[in-house]
Parts: sequence; structure tokens; C-alpha cells
Amino acid sequence: MVVVECIISFFLILGAFFALTGSIGLYRMTNFFTRLHGPTKATTLGVGSMALASAVYFSFQGNGISLHEVLITLFLFITAPVSAHFLAKAALHLRMHKNTEALPPR
Amino acid sequence: MLNIAVIIAFTLIVIAQVLNLYRLFNGPSLPDRILALDNMYIDAIALFILVGIHFSSKAYFEAALIIAVMGFISTVATSKYLTRGDILE
Repeated sequence: MVVVECIISFFLILGAFFALTGSIGLYRMTNFFTRLHGPTKATTLGVGSMALASAVYFSFQGNGISLHEVLITLFLFITAPVSAHFLAKAALHLRMHKNTEALPPR
Repeated sequence: MLNIAVIIAFTLIVIAQVLNLYRLFNGPSLPDRILALDNMYIDAIALFILVGIHFSSKAYFEAALIIAVMGFISTVATSKYLTRGDILE
């Protein structure tokens, strides 16, 4: 059971690290389109690995294999590119690629 | 060991939520705020999964799934509203 705990802890910390990386990208980048890049990749990978850790944890609780956490991962993998595409289309419609000035300094 | 990992993951995701809140409050444009809100939905899913592992209960899974669906629908609706001026035409 120690090996299972090690696997669960590894996937949890990996997922949280990827979520934090996506949010740092959202915080630090200067342009909207570069800012769109960070969360849409990193958070799906982060929440995906955290749902995988949850599936492993509940599979070793003694009630058989629990696979319904994979549903969240599958749903996020389908919907994250769609929502990013809609956001990019909205930003293109607002002509946000024409004005190229950077953010005001913090 | 699992308790320490859950606490570390809680801390990292709360820091991520604070950064998202910064971008939500003073994002320079409207799609920035929508993107920050979508990212906050996704991090809320991660928080619900962590709470489910911490209390060792399966009841939080449905809440996480409903938050995922509602976040996707709201992001698509607001982006569609920005693009077309109407959601369903």
C-alpha cells in the first residue's frame, strides 16, 4: 500500500504543479493570445492527472475499480480546446491583435 | 504521506486561484476576464477532487462533474455573446 500512496501523491503534486504553472502563465504573459496558451494546456493536464490520482485512490478502497473520475478527464479533454477556440474567436472579433501595446507595468 | 501530499496540492492550487483572481479583477480586456473565470472553474474542479480524497468520500465527484459542465457552458455562452452580440440566434 505504500507504493500506491506514493503513486497517488506523485500524481496529486504533479497535477497541482501543472495547475499552478497555467495560472502563472495567465498572470505573467503580456498578450492575450499568449495568455490563452498557458491555462488551456496546463490545467487540463493538471486536472487530468489529479483525476487519475483520485481514480487510483478510490480503486484501492476495496469497492472494485472506480473509473468515473476518468469521465471528468475525458470531458475536459474534449471541451478545453473548444472553449479556447471560442475565446480566440471573440478576441479576434474585438480586434485585439491590432493593438500590440504591452500591459501597463506592475 | 498522503495527508502531506494533499496539503501541498491544496496550497499550490490556492496560490493558482489567487493568481486567477488577480487576472479576473484587473484583466485589461473582457476575454481576459472570461479566460480567468474559466480557469477558476477548472481549479475548482481540482479542489473538489482534493476534498474528495481528503474526506475519502465519493459524493464530491458529482459536484466536480457539474462544475465542469457549467463552466464549459458559461464560457461558450459569454464568448458567443462577445462575438455575435447574441447567444442563440
